[in-house]
Amino acid sequence: MGVRGIASTKAEAFAQAALALTAVITQPNTIEPLEQITITAEAPDDELLLVDFLNALIFEMATRKMLFSRFEVNIADGRLTARAWGEHTDVARHQPAVEVKGATYTQLHVGKRDGLWTAQCVVDV
Amino acid sequence: MDISQFTQCSPTAWRIEPTSRMHVPAIIFATESLIRDMDHKVYEQITNLAMLPGIVQAAYAMPDAHWGYGFPIGGVAAFDPDAGGVVSAGGVGFDISCGVRNLLTGLTREDIYPVQKQLADLLYYKIPAGVGSTGPLRLNGDEMNAMLRGGARWAVERGYGRAADLERIEEYGCMAGAEPHEVSEHAKKRQHDEMGTLGSGNHYLEVQQVTRVYAPDIAQSFGLKEGDVVVSIHCGSRGLGHQIGTEFMRSMALAAGQYGIELPDRELACAPINSPVGQRYLGAMRAAINCALANRQILTHRVREAFSDLFPSADLKLLYDVSHNTCKLETHEIDGRQRHLFVHRKGATRAFGPGHTELPDSFKATGQPVLIGGTMGTASYILAGTQTSETRAFSSACHGAGRAMSRHQATRQWHGREVIDELAARGILIRSPSSRGVAEEAPGTYKDVTAVVDAADAAGLARTVARLEPMIVVKG
Repeated sequence: MGVRGIASTKAEAFAQAALALTAVITQPNTIEPLEQITITAEAPDDELLLVDFLNALIFEMATRKMLFSRFEVNIADGRLTARAWGEHTDVARHQPAVEVKGATYTQLHVGKRDGLWTAQCVVDV
Repeated sequence: MDISQFTQCSPTAWRIEPTSRMHVPAIIFATESLIRDMDHKVYEQITNLAMLPGIVQAAYAMPDAHWGYGFPIGGVAAFDPDAGGVVSAGGVGFDISCGVRNLLTGLTREDIYPVQKQLADLLYYKIPAGVGSTGPLRLNGDEMNAMLRGGARWAVERGYGRAADLERIEEYGCMAGAEPHEVSEHAKKRQHDEMGTLGSGNHYLEVQQVTRVYAPDIAQSFGLKEGDVVVSIHCGSRGLGHQIGTEFMRSMALAAGQYGIELPDRELACAPINSPVGQRYLGAMRAAINCALANRQILTHRVREAFSDLFPSADLKLLYDVSHNTCKLETHEIDGRQRHLFVHRKGATRAFGPGHTELPDSFKATGQPVLIGGTMGTASYILAGTQTSETRAFSSACHGAGRAMSRHQATRQWHGREVIDELAARGILIRSPSSRGVAEEAPGTYKDVTAVVDAADAAGLARTVARLEPMIVVKG
């Protein structure tokens, strides 16, 4: 499955990619933004930073048994700080289709074209 | 794919001659029809694979090959450590040691029919499945490390199953060379409550009936006949393996340049086998193999408990447990010389033939069982390694059907409830926590597993022994 965020800033494109990651698992609008967590990542380039960010999110979902529906991302000098809001997985309500194993380097791209940033990769499910 | 790009060696073997940076040729085993249906990315990925340092003989793809991450899924490649050979985290995949195990129940389909619904409900109750599910165990640091060293042997010592199970598991249930200290705390944390869980996606537990026997002698030796009921479990190393794959793919992608490896695709991230990163990965990956073997062993115990509630005298014996996402050190004869090679099988099953020294006595005459998973509405197959397996692709065969459409496309075409009702009308009971998950795994989303198995048989990769059709399916 591919995830792609498109937005006017790189940070917002990352946030949209995170939302797309949630959509691989469930309908994001079924997730109440009740709890907030913080994620940090650091990488030598934007593409690795995207993979690291998504993998950090996958780790948090797996270990906290949570799903997230709202994201706020800041990126400066190769460092990412993000806040994610969500709630504990409720199987009956969220009907999660699949767990994501990891974000991959396949179709990995972060770039700006015609004034819009794209952040994308394939995730393994 | 366009078949004009290949040299046809036989009706089921297609060769790409080495060009530019390829060290060896690439060979795809498939019928013309399967090749034509394959994604062009398989061509690109199998030729990229042939460019990696130290690759021996050829880069191979199995009949179920499809677009993977660096390696095609259904890819097989062997590397010589003494010739600068590499180990690749992407070449094993995120779900390290994902595999299939098959249990003989000693029951017939007529035994199951009267209690089919009860058995489906009981198995669904006993087997934690789906996103966020947790298992019956919580391992502290020492026990986690003991599990990562001991695999299924550890599980048997803790009361999950019996000693006789171990010889019916590849590596006799315990992968040597596991290094738990190379497994990160993140990976261990991800596994903390996931021991004994099935997972989600294409993972499943099925009660199946044998509907056809193709090789009666081998089937008899395996303990299979038409009308028999078996249980198949398909899952892997859970969160621990996923985290190890994630972490080492990154380490290898960053380290490749230091070792002078020019990656044709970042996803082919690899490191020399004899490098610190390569050795650390092998230690962690082998620990993940043990995690998968222990996980399937615990699930086996739970299946036996469920069956004993309804069939107190049933004795569920393990036929075999195979892994189809691995890298293993094996000895293969190349040009008349025995060589020790690291064989990557990514979505490919080991298929040692009759007489292989690493097989238990019970499979010395038949070759090892090769367990091929199908879909919840079609069939799975049991094959056996043959004498020709070794000469084809380092004794490897296919692993499943392979997806024909994306999950997104599937949900536009099917609804979970409809799939469940349609299969129920055909006598197949589905139990799953996720309706969308069922739609994404609808039988029509996969390729024709029978065509894949027929091609593997015709190519001499393995011999078809029996066809299995589902009666009960537990999906994550």
